[in-house]
Amino acid sequence: MSDISNFSDDDDSRQEDCALVDALSELNFEENNIENIRKRKNSDNQEQSETNSDPCSSNSLNFVDEEYDYLHDSEWINQKCQVFILSTAGKPIYTLHGDEDKLNPLFGLLQALVSVVSVSSNGNPDEDDDCIRSITAKNTKFVFLIKNPLILVGVNKSKRSEQQILNQLMDVYNQIIFIVTLKHMKNVYEKRNNYDLRKLVAGSERWIDHLLKDEKQTRISNNSFVSLMHSVRILPMEATTRDNITKTIQTNCSKIKNLVFAVLIANNKLITLVRMKNYCMHTDDLRLIFNVVECSESFKTAENWLPLCLPKFDPNGALYCHISYLSDDCEACLLLMTVDQESFSVLSNAKKNITEKLRRSNYMEAINEGIKDKGINLKTIGVPDIRHFLYKNKKNTQLLCSEITTPYNTLEQFERIEAMYYDLHNRIHRVSRPLKLIYEMHEHEIQLAWVTANYELYATFEPLVEKKSIIIAQVNKLLKYIKKEEDKIFMTGTHIF
Amino acid sequence: MKAIEAKIVVLGSQGVGKTSIVAKYISNIYSKEIGPTIGASFFTCKINLNNVKVKMQLWDTAGQERFKAMAPMYYRNANAALLVFDVTNHTSFDEVKGWVLELQKNVQESMFLLLVGNKIDLEERRAVSHEEAVMYAQSIGAQFIETSVVRDQGIEQVFISIGLGLINLSSESKCSSMRRYESKDSLLSSTHSSMTNLSGIQYYDGVHMAIDISQSVEANGVGRVEIGGAWEREAYAHGYPQKTGWCC
Ligand SMILES: Nc1nc2c(ncn2[C@@H]2O[C@H](COP(=O)(O)OP(=O)(O)O)[C@@H](O)[C@H]2O)c(=O)[nH]1
Ligand SMILES: [Mg+2]
Repeated sequence: MSDISNFSDDDDSRQEDCALVDALSELNFEENNIENIRKRKNSDNQEQSETNSDPCSSNSLNFVDEEYDYLHDSEWINQKCQVFILSTAGKPIYTLHGDEDKLNPLFGLLQALVSVVSVSSNGNPDEDDDCIRSITAKNTKFVFLIKNPLILVGVNKSKRSEQQILNQLMDVYNQIIFIVTLKHMKNVYEKRNNYDLRKLVAGSERWIDHLLKDEKQTRISNNSFVSLMHSVRILPMEATTRDNITKTIQTNCSKIKNLVFAVLIANNKLITLVRMKNYCMHTDDLRLIFNVVECSESFKTAENWLPLCLPKFDPNGALYCHISYLSDDCEACLLLMTVDQESFSVLSNAKKNITEKLRRSNYMEAINEGIKDKGINLKTIGVPDIRHFLYKNKKNTQLLCSEITTPYNTLEQFERIEAMYYDLHNRIHRVSRPLKLIYEMHEHEIQLAWVTANYELYATFEPLVEKKSIIIAQVNKLLKYIKKEEDKIFMTGTHIF
Repeated sequence: MKAIEAKIVVLGSQGVGKTSIVAKYISNIYSKEIGPTIGASFFTCKINLNNVKVKMQLWDTAGQERFKAMAPMYYRNANAALLVFDVTNHTSFDEVKGWVLELQKNVQESMFLLLVGNKIDLEERRAVSHEEAVMYAQSIGAQFIETSVVRDQGIEQVFISIGLGLINLSSESKCSSMRRYESKDSLLSSTHSSMTNLSGIQYYDGVHMAIDISQSVEANGVGRVEIGGAWEREAYAHGYPQKTGWCC
C-alpha cells in the first residue's frame, strides 16, 4: 500500500471548476427550461396520438383536460430525480414518481425527442453514436439511454453528472433484464411492437422502485454508495470463520450438478460466494441480487424458487434460484443458483444441511455479530478528525465505509454529504482530465479524494484541522488499519464448488 | 400410525390471498407487508386426521404472466389443488376456471380440488355469490369453502378439508404419486409445523417436481454450460469464462 507523504499542493489537488460540460451543445439544443418543454408537449401529443393509434389501448385516449393538468401536478414535477421508461414505440412502462398512464403525453414527447434526433441521423435508434444523449436545461439534466426496444430517461435536478445519471439508468435497465431476460423481451416486442412490458414486470415493480429510492428510514446508510462506487460491501468477520462458512457450503454443494453460484448475504453485505469453476459473478449482478433480496419481504416466509437473469452473466438466459433465509434467528439469505430446473428438492436439502451445520458450529452467531456492524468506528481506531470515509478496494471491487455519525446522521446532512461524494467522484474521474488527488476545504468540512492503482479513498474531515500534516498522519493511520484488518473486512480469494 | 405425504399446488390470480391463507395457517401470521410472491414459494406442514398423519408440501404460485409457463412444474404430480379467488373480484373467479381447464387438460392422475372464495370480510363488495361458486364447484367435482384471512374464518377448515381429501384419495389408491408409509411418531393431535427448513422436510424418489427435460446436460467445450428443454424462454444462462479474482 502506498503512502500519502508525497501529498503536495500541485494544481490537481485544487478545486476544479465545477461547471459541467454541456454535453448537448453538439446536438443544437438551445437552453430550454421545463416550461418550454411543457409548452411544446401539447403539440407533440397530438401527433403522438395520431401515429400511435392502437385500438386496444385506452392510453392513447388520454388527452383530455384533466390529464393535461396532471402534467403540472406537484406530486411528481417537483421531484429532484425522475426516471421514465418507455418502449421505442412510445408505450409507457415505468415512472418513478406519479402514474405512468396519466403521464402518457409526456412519454409521447420523450419518444418524439428520441425519434427526431435518430431520424435525422439515419433513423437507426440502435446505434449508440447517433442518438440523443442528454439535454441540459438550467439546473435540470435529462439523460437518455436508448436500448432498443427500451428508452430510459433520467431527469435530475441535483449536481449528478451525466455519466452518473447514465450509470443509474444502466442499473435500472439491468434490473429489467434481470426480471424478463433480454431475449424474452426482444421476442415479445418482435411479435408486437406495441406490447405492454408492464405485464412481464408485474409483481417486481418494487425492485425498480427500490433501486432508485430508498425508503426514508433506510436512506441514511452507506448502502447508497455501492452504486456510485460500483462495488459491494462485505460483512465483517474473522477470516477463519468466513472460511469455515464457505467450506460448509462447498461440502454440501460439491456433488450437486449444474449448481453455478451459491451466495450468502446479510444486511446488504456479502458473507461468501462460491461458484462453479470457470464462471464468475459480476459486481453489477451481485448488486442487483442485493437490491432484490433487500426489498422482497416474501423471501422471508418460505423457500422460494424462481428464474432470474444475471445480465452480466448472460442477458439471454435465466438461472433457477433457490432463495431462503437461514432461519428465523439469523437473517442471512442464501441463494443457490442453478441451470437445472429440476433441482429444487436437492437444493432445498442442501440448504437444510448447511443451516444445521452452521447452527451446530455457532457460525450463525458470528453472522449475527456481523449483521450488527455499522461500519468502521473512527474513534476507536484513533483517527478522530476523520468524520467519514469510503474506501474501495479496486482489485476485488469491495467497498469499506465508516459508521455514519454526527453530523451526517440526519437526512438533510446525509444527502448533502452524499451529493458531495458524488461530485468529488465525478471530478476525480472526469474522462477529459482524470485526477489522482483532490483536497478541498469547504465551509463545513475538508474533503479528500485519492485514487491509486489499488484503491480509491474518499474521506471527510473536521473543518478546523489546522495542519495538513495532521490529515496526512490520520490518513496513513487509517490505511495502516485497513491493511492490518484486510482479511476480516474484505473477502479475499475465490471459492469454487 | 399411517402416514401419507402429498404435494399440493395453490393456484389463482395475483392478489386473491393465496400466500396470506398459507402463511396464516402455517405460521399464524397475517401481514400486509409480505408483498407479492415471485416465482413460487414452498411450504410444508403436517396435520393428523383420523389416525393418519398427512404431510403436505405446498407450492404457492405467483400468478403473474411471466411465471405462467412455470405452472406445470408445480401442478404436475400434485395430489391436490387449492383454487383461490377473491369474492370481491369476479375476474379472479373466471381465472380460476381457466386454471381448472388447464389442469383437466394436462393432469392425468386424479386430484383433489378445493375451491376457495377468500376475503368474505369484504361482504359489501361481494361480486361472486355463494350459489354461483357452489354450482361451479359441483360441476367440476370440487369442494368449496369461503374464507377470510383477516377474520381468521375458514382457514383451518381449508387444510382439514385438503387432508381428508388426500386420505380419501390414497385409500382409493388411484394415486400412484402419493407416498404412503408407516410413521413411527406417536399419535398427536392436529399439529402444524412451521415451514422453516428445520421442520423435517423429506424428499423421496417417487415424485418428480419439474417438467421433463428433453436433452441431457452437456458442456459444449467452449466453456459454457448448456441444457435443453428449458421453460418458455428456451434458454438458460451461459456464463463466460472468468477473468481473475472472484469478481469481474
Ligand atoms: N380484506 C382482506 N384482504 C385480504 C385477505 N386475504 C388477503 N388479503 C390481502 O390481499 C392482498 C394480497 O394477498 P396475497 O396473499 O399476497 O395474495 P396472493 O397474490 O394470492 O398470494 C394483501 O394485501 C392481503 O393483505 C382477506 O381475507 N381479506
Ligand atoms: Mg402470493
